Amino acid sequence: MEHNLICIGCPLGCMMKVEVEEGQITTITGNTCKRGEAYAIKEVTSPTRLVTSTVKVEGGNLSMVSVKTKTDIPKNKIFDVMKSLQGISVKAPVHIGDVIISNAADTGVDIIATKQVKSVNL
Amino acid sequence: MKQLIYDIVIVGGGPAGLAAAIEALKEGVERILIIERDRELGGILNQCIHNGFGLHTFKEELTGPEYAQRFMEEVKEKHIEYKLNTMVMDITPNKVVTAMNTLEGMFEIEAKAIILAMGCRERSRGALNIPGYRPAGIFSAGTAQRFVNIEGYMPGREVVILGSGDIGLIMARRMTLEGAKVKVVAEIMQYSGGLKRNIVQCLDDYGIPLKLSHTVVEIKGKERVEGVTIAEVDKTGKPIEGTEEYYTCDTLLLSVGLIPENEVSKQIGVELSNVTSGPTVNESLETSVPGVFACGNVLHVHDLVDFVSEEAAQAGKNAAKYVKRVQKDLNTLDEELMHEILLIPTQGVRYTVPQTIRPECMEEEQVIRFRVGDVYRNRYVSVYFDNERVLHKKRPIVAPGEMENVYLKKEDILKYPELSQITIKLEED
Ligand SMILES: Cc1cc2nc3c(=O)[nH]c(=O)nc-3n(C[C@H](O)[C@H](O)[C@H](O)COP(=O)(O)OP(=O)(O)OC[C@H]3O[C@@H](n4cnc5c(N)ncnc54)[C@H](O)[C@@H]3O)c2cc1C
Ligand code: SF4
Repeated sequence: MEHNLICIGCPLGCMMKVEVEEGQITTITGNTCKRGEAYAIKEVTSPTRLVTSTVKVEGGNLSMVSVKTKTDIPKNKIFDVMKSLQGISVKAPVHIGDVIISNAADTGVDIIATKQVKSVNL
Repeated sequence: MKQLIYDIVIVGGGPAGLAAAIEALKEGVERILIIERDRELGGILNQCIHNGFGLHTFKEELTGPEYAQRFMEEVKEKHIEYKLNTMVMDITPNKVVTAMNTLEGMFEIEAKAIILAMGCRERSRGALNIPGYRPAGIFSAGTAQRFVNIEGYMPGREVVILGSGDIGLIMARRMTLEGAKVKVVAEIMQYSGGLKRNIVQCLDDYGIPLKLSHTVVEIKGKERVEGVTIAEVDKTGKPIEGTEEYYTCDTLLLSVGLIPENEVSKQIGVELSNVTSGPTVNESLETSVPGVFACGNVLHVHDLVDFVSEEAAQAGKNAAKYVKRVQKDLNTLDEELMHEILLIPTQGVRYTVPQTIRPECMEEEQVIRFRVGDVYRNRYVSVYFDNERVLHKKRPIVAPGEMENVYLKKEDILKYPELSQITIKLEED
């Protein structure tokens, strides 16, 4: 199988072709430097992404708090992780780094808050 | 009217305003006030919940709110004063600031120095130069970002995006993750102004097509957008007949660029550059009005917040030095008579910041930031001191979307006492 990739390592954005036969990478072409090769191997064998979103806050000075997966998760789990956030709300106060969901969608990665929300007495 | 007195008043509490305040304090000026019209500090970063901030400054990749928090904490720890929900209405050339909020009403502040850090706003008018109705459902990408990330409200379900600026790309992914269908991104230019990383991770990852050399030629719908027609454009930007394609959608996002927010700067009477739309500044980031400094997106639009913080720190430091000179009653006239060198951008280089340099006021090393006007491969960035080439740096690629820089050393410039112009250009060899 052949994969076409654009390296994101630098503004050059090399267009690369990666040949995979029987689950093994056979050739990588189009990259200008080693970083492109490393990127291609990662993208073809185990691509990962950081996911960021927001959840509702009750009793806070803001109505939403931004969140992220603490580390990268497998790319094909992005929508499962988003689903795990549906309908979630947290109570203020919220601090940066607070765990909002642990082990989101069985990725082994927690979702943590990236913003501080103070509580307000209603 | 209530009257306050401060040494430095900073207009805007985004990353530029915060970094400027912290550095001015370090330089020994204590009476500093930050004025922010929003309900919190942090500026645009509060709505940029994606990651990709701070790689240069903190050697780790933070989200916008996390990056802002580091500076906000420092401002609070150091007891730097700030006023939220307060809008700066006017500033006179003598640095009397008129501001307003609901608690205090209208009030005046006398300042020795001013730092402009108002950021930028999105271009919108003129982007859609097509006749017909303007139904509901047309938003700038930044407005949509605010709706989704701050208010928690989705502006629509079926989306077409015009313009491939970074905010549009980021919103394509954001709305897709929240369950919307983003059908296409149309870009009138032959290249995208967005970062490669955003094209890959916001569009390619989700199979969203990017159509270069395409624009919206018709919007259907009276009350609410029902669909848009997209067509290919020729080299002059004119739609090519027969290439029209119709997409149903309830939302059209515009991501067609940012422009510095200089209403207040105009009132002070600072000279604005017609290329950057921001003030023209010297090596100290001081505008044409002495004691008024500018930094961040109000000066020129940045893509990396790290450079905003760096630039703002420089403005803060110089504003503090200015205040100390005024306090010592030193004659500032000397400075006005100083030798000034013009920086000339040409041959592919659109602008430089700063626009002038007074060698005597330079730091040991001065960064000159600039942007190019098109995508160029295998060019040299060259610097000429009058007619002598002093720098010749090979670049495999330069593009309008990525800010470039060169560093000039004070000792090198002082070797040329008669120097009148420094030219920065792109050369083929
Ligand atoms: C959508 C988007 C995505 C981005 N993504 C990235 C990224 O991934 N990585 C990265 O490094 N950089 C990114 N950037 C760039 C970076 O975040 C900005 O360049 C930076 O935030 C600019 O800082 P600033 O302080 O100049 O402006 P702002 O953050 O806009 O702050 C200006 C502040 O001034 C206030 N203000 C304006 N006028 C007045 C007035 N008259 N009175 C009182 N207050 C006033 C405003 O309310 C605002 O809070 C992005 C920018 C945008 C817009
Ligand atoms: S392969 Fe190397 S040169 Fe090409 S885009 Fe990637 S990092 Fe840049």
